[in-house]
This record gives sequence, C-alpha cells and structure tokens, in this order.
Amino acid sequence: MNVERTLPTPEARELLEMVREFGRDELAPRAPGAERDAAFPRDVFAKIGGMGLLGLPYAEEHGGAGLPYEVFLQVVEELARSWLTVGLGVSVHTLSCFGLARYGTADQKARWLPKMLGGSELGAYCLSEPDSGSDAAALRTRATTADDGYRLDGTKAWITHGGVADFYTVMARTSDDGARGISCFLLFSDDAGLAAATPEHKMGLRASPTAQVRLDGVAVAANRLIGEPGHGFAIALAALDTGRLGIAACAVGLAQAALDVATDYAGQRHQFGRPLRDFEGLSFMLADMATGVEAARALYLAAARRLDAGQPVTKQAAMAKLFCSDLAMRVTIDAVQVLGGYGYVEDYPVERYMREAKALQIVEGTNQVQRLVISRQLYGQV
Amino acid sequence: MKIVVCVKQVPDTWSEKRLDPADQTLDRAAADGVIDELDTYAVEEALKLKESLGDATVVVLAMGPAGAAESLRKALSMGADEAVHIVDDALHGSDALATSLVLAKAIEQIGYDLVLLGSESTDARMGVMAAMLAERLGVPQATLASGVAVDGTSLRVTRMTSAAQEEVAATLPAVVSVLEKINEPRYPSFKGIMAAKSKPTSTLSLADLGIDASSVGLAAAATKVLDSTARPPRGERTIIKDDGDAGARIADFLASRKLL
Ligand SMILES: Cc1cc2nc3c(=O)[nH]c(=O)nc-3n(C[C@H](O)[C@H](O)[C@H](O)COP(=O)(O)OP(=O)(O)OC[C@H]3O[C@@H](n4cnc5c(N)ncnc54)[C@H](O)[C@@H]3O)c2cc1C
Repeated sequence: MNVERTLPTPEARELLEMVREFGRDELAPRAPGAERDAAFPRDVFAKIGGMGLLGLPYAEEHGGAGLPYEVFLQVVEELARSWLTVGLGVSVHTLSCFGLARYGTADQKARWLPKMLGGSELGAYCLSEPDSGSDAAALRTRATTADDGYRLDGTKAWITHGGVADFYTVMARTSDDGARGISCFLLFSDDAGLAAATPEHKMGLRASPTAQVRLDGVAVAANRLIGEPGHGFAIALAALDTGRLGIAACAVGLAQAALDVATDYAGQRHQFGRPLRDFEGLSFMLADMATGVEAARALYLAAARRLDAGQPVTKQAAMAKLFCSDLAMRVTIDAVQVLGGYGYVEDYPVERYMREAKALQIVEGTNQVQRLVISRQLYGQV
Repeated sequence: MKIVVCVKQVPDTWSEKRLDPADQTLDRAAADGVIDELDTYAVEEALKLKESLGDATVVVLAMGPAGAAESLRKALSMGADEAVHIVDDALHGSDALATSLVLAKAIEQIGYDLVLLGSESTDARMGVMAAMLAERLGVPQATLASGVAVDGTSLRVTRMTSAAQEEVAATLPAVVSVLEKINEPRYPSFKGIMAAKSKPTSTLSLADLGIDASSVGLAAAATKVLDSTARPPRGERTIIKDDGDAGARIADFLASRKLL
C-alpha cells in the first residue's frame, strides 16, 4: 500500500522512495529467515551506511546529512515497515551518536563523529543495568578517576547491538550524588576489559542482538568524557527524547506493515462465497486499524516538527512513544485476527509482527514510565 | 573517455500495465513510471568503468515524455555526470526503428566512446536497441554482456548466450548491452540525491536533432498493433502441499495435461 506522506522537499521524497524500494527488495525478503535464525544482518547496516542513512539528522560538517527529524524519522518508519530489526537498529545507532553530536567539544566531534556518522560503524547506547531499568538513575556502573582519565567497572544490561557495535555511549557513576553523579563516556569495542555476554533469547526482534555488556576495569582517557562530569543523566534523557520518537516511528512502520498484510488478505480470502472485505465486521476493523496508524504517524510527526523548530519535546516524545507502540500492539494483534488461523502460523508475517510489537512497549522507557513522564509534565515537574 | 548510457522510463514492474484503447500504445499515465531496472545495470557498469578508469564522463540519455526526467535524475543520483532528455510530442508511439534513429542522432551529437544499455526494456521487450544503434552509428556491437573491460581503446566483452560463453573484442567506439548478472546496481546515497540537483541536464527536441517529425511517431511506425485483449483471469489453481510425495504428484499432474 502507498503511504501518503507530507515531505518538505523533492529530495526528501526521493530519499523516501529509495528507502521504500530498498526495504521492499532487500529487507522484507530477508527478515523472516534472519529472525528465525537470530542472525544479525551486519551487511545490511554496511549497505545502509553506504547509502548515508547512519547520520541523517546530524550536521553535514561532521559527515551527517543535516536532515530534519521530520524526514529522518520517516526513513526509520519505512525501514521498520520492511524489517523492524533494521529500523530499530538505525534509531538506536542514531541515539548513541546524540551525546557526542550535541554535547561534545569541537575537538571530540572532529575526531570521532565522522566515523560514527560515516556509515561503516555501528553504535550502542548503554543506560540500563540488571538492577536499574525504569529507575535508571540508580545505575551502579562506576567510573573512578585513574592516572590520565577514568576506569570503568560494572554491567550494562539489555544493550541493543551489544557485541556487534563498534562504539558504546556509556552512562556511569562518577559520584554518589544520585542522578547528578552520572557521567557520559564514549567507549570502543576494542577497549580492553569491554566484553559482551551471549545475546538474550527474545520472543521477537531476534535478529537484533540484545546483550549485557561487561566493563571490567576499562581504561578510558579523559577526553572520552562527553559533556561535564555529573551531566551524564541529563545527556541520557535528552538523547531519549529523540530516541523515543525513533521508537514511535518504528512502531508506526510495524503497524503499517501489519495493516498492509491484513488489508491485502481480506481482499483475497473468500468465505461464504465473498471476499472477507465484504463483511463489515472485518472491514470496520481494518478501518479502525488504518485510522490508528494515520493518527499515530501524525502524532510522532507533530513532535518531530517541534523538535526541528527547536521547541522542547519531552512530553510530546513520551506521548508519541506511548501512543504509537500501544497502537502497534493493537494493530498487530488485530492483523492476526483478520488472517484467522493463517495469522497464527509462520507462513504469514503477522504473528512475528505481534511478537515484535511487544518490545516497543518496553524499550527506551516502558509505557508506564512514559505515562510517568507525561503526568509529571502536566504539573510542570521535570 | 565518454560513456553514454541509454535509460528508459517504464511502468513500474509492480503495477498493472494497460494498453490505451484509443491507439493501442502503452498507457503511460495509468502506472507509476520508474527507471527500467535493466538499464540500472548499464548505469552501474558505466559508473564502475568510470571508477576504474578515473578519467571518464558518464552521460545518461533518455527519450520519453516529461516523466522520463525522473529516471534521469535517479541515474544522476546514482552517480552519472550529465543527463540529456529527448522530449517531443511527435515521438508518441515511436517504434524501435524510430527510437534508434533518434537515440543515434543524439548520441552522435553528445559524442561517445562507449554506449551502454540494458539487454531489453521491461515494457516492450524487443531487445533490439543495441543492434539498431550499432548499425546506425556504424560501430561494433556486443550484446548480452556479463562482463566489460576497457583498456585504452580496446574493449573486451564476455557474452552470455544460452549456448555458450563468448569472449569478444572490439575497438572503441562501440555499443554494448548488459545482462542483469553483470553487477549489482547501487542504491543512490542521500549525498548522491542532493548532488543530482546541480548536475547539468539538457533537453533536446526533434528539431534540435535535425529529425523530421514525419519520420517518427505512431504514424511512421513500421508495425501497428491492430487490436488487443486483456489476459483472461487466472483459472482454478491446484495447490500441492508437500507431504513427502509432492514431486510425484506434480509429475502426475503434468503428465495428465500431456506436459510430461
Ligand atoms: C529488546 C530490548 C532492547 C533494549 N535496548 C536497550 C538499549 O539499547 N540500551 C539500554 O540502555 N536499555 C535497553 N533496553 C532496556 C529497557 O530500556 C528496559 O528494559 C526498560 O527501561 C525497563 O526496565 P526493566 O526491564 O528493568 O523493567 P523494570 O524497571 O523492572 O519494570 C518492570 C515493570 O514495572 C513497571 N514499573 C517500574 N517502575 C514503575 C513506576 N514507577 N510506575 C509504574 N510502573 C513501573 C514497568 O513499567 C514494568 O512494567 C532494552 C530492552 C529490550 C527488551
């Protein structure tokens, strides 16, 4: 199905068309096998990097494309529509570049950003720990001052791209002063003492590795501290504002994919001598699914346009993440229902979509945490 | 070294194609136009030659209605240097003979060492353009190439036919049509898309090429489609699920239709 998009320039339209074509021809056919085998498609990210898609919203002077989030997020949506592992991967990679791009010194940016945005490297974002998920500020990974920098010890958990990433943006504790005692560091996969555990066995998104990352006395030079000491949690939250919009875009892409399959199926499948689409009980379900997808897209894009205009988006990003991922859950469940027994088996992708949608209600802050963020904003608390 | 790549705008392979009942020509408005996939292999080969030779210019050339500019832009965003678009209302309904006349004139005007094109177009599927262009230009042709190498003015081409793999050699200038297996066309990068905006693009009319409008178009076509009927809807299908004996059952089915 053709998604009717509003895009700011003809070049943005061409970019979206190209991504759509790439997704249809190169991603969608590979997704079922790779998800079954839990095979991370590193070659796909290399290709996407070559197309310039691993630095889209960042400044051109550092190798980005200088595109507004309004366009970047629709690229993420299209990728996720063809293969969630890839859409989510691009979103997480972009999130992991945010700290350096926004808070790095000129010297740090000139030194590392071009490689991070250039397409050959992949990033990971390390906030969660085994004992601190929703309460992220309770993290315990320590960064102690050493000779000419820091020494990091601790365990990060649930890290997307853990073990396959080239660089890791890591939040670690430099003092015991709660959220104000956290600092942000840039680590590399070849840093001695950094090791990823065996990836988790997940119910979906299996081609996207999620693993613990252990830091055992990792020596990090002082110039790899991003932003001020103690500023790490604020950096992590600012990054999450953009990251949550990425998750929202992924959710819309996934819901669109489920809607596409369900719509197509209901047009072909006959029961009682007529195509399913002729039964109002089913076609109204499709109408509700389509309305939800459209509303979800409009919500994350409204937040994206605020972000592009330099306005605060903490509340809107939380709302978009919450609404879009809940919508994706509902639409993928309904898509299974539309296909009946055929929806419940692996011959069609909708059972996989349903399993994948669940993750989006959990990552980058569970949907309970999004409600927490939104309700606090209602009373002007931060 | 100048490489001219002919690209054609065709209806999207994914869309339903229709003939216009008025004149039995392809209804180009009924489907989204895209660059012919087979031509993207020729563009890719030209870009690879340019990358290996260093000093080369890749000019993409299309004949077609206004929409063909999109196919040219796609080729430019892949990395071609210049685009030339032949557009003229009088060209509507041109057959392969007329198309080759127009393209050959344009190629002569642009100047060339090598002309590359796809093995056939995915809409008309004639597969004769390379031969016709070579004849009109009076240069050697090598069709169905699965490999192209250029060294100075010498050209070596690996040809794949159903019977054999041939190695042929010629001296440039020459015309080469390429097969899908020759390479994997690149996707344009976003930088490529942006760069395409400022690359030189020119438009030529029949008058610019010194071609008399009466020698092209539907009226001048050597053949004429008299009538057409839509393909009948697909009949009843038999789906054989493999319970270990699918092979034998398919063989029985084919035998029962006297196909085995
Ligand atoms: C596939 C996947 C990929 C991930 N990728 C990353 C990554 O790349 N980087 C990273 O840092 N993390 C990542 N995570 C971790 C993710 O962000 C956490 O799982 C999430 O923040 C929840 O933390 P938790 O799992 O510890 O759950 P908990 O915080 O223990 O929560 C358990 C339940 O309690 C609820 N709850 C907790 N506190 C409250 C409250 N105050 N009010 C109401 N309800 C509450 C939660 O909503 C949840 O339902 C990933 C997780 C998954 C599943």
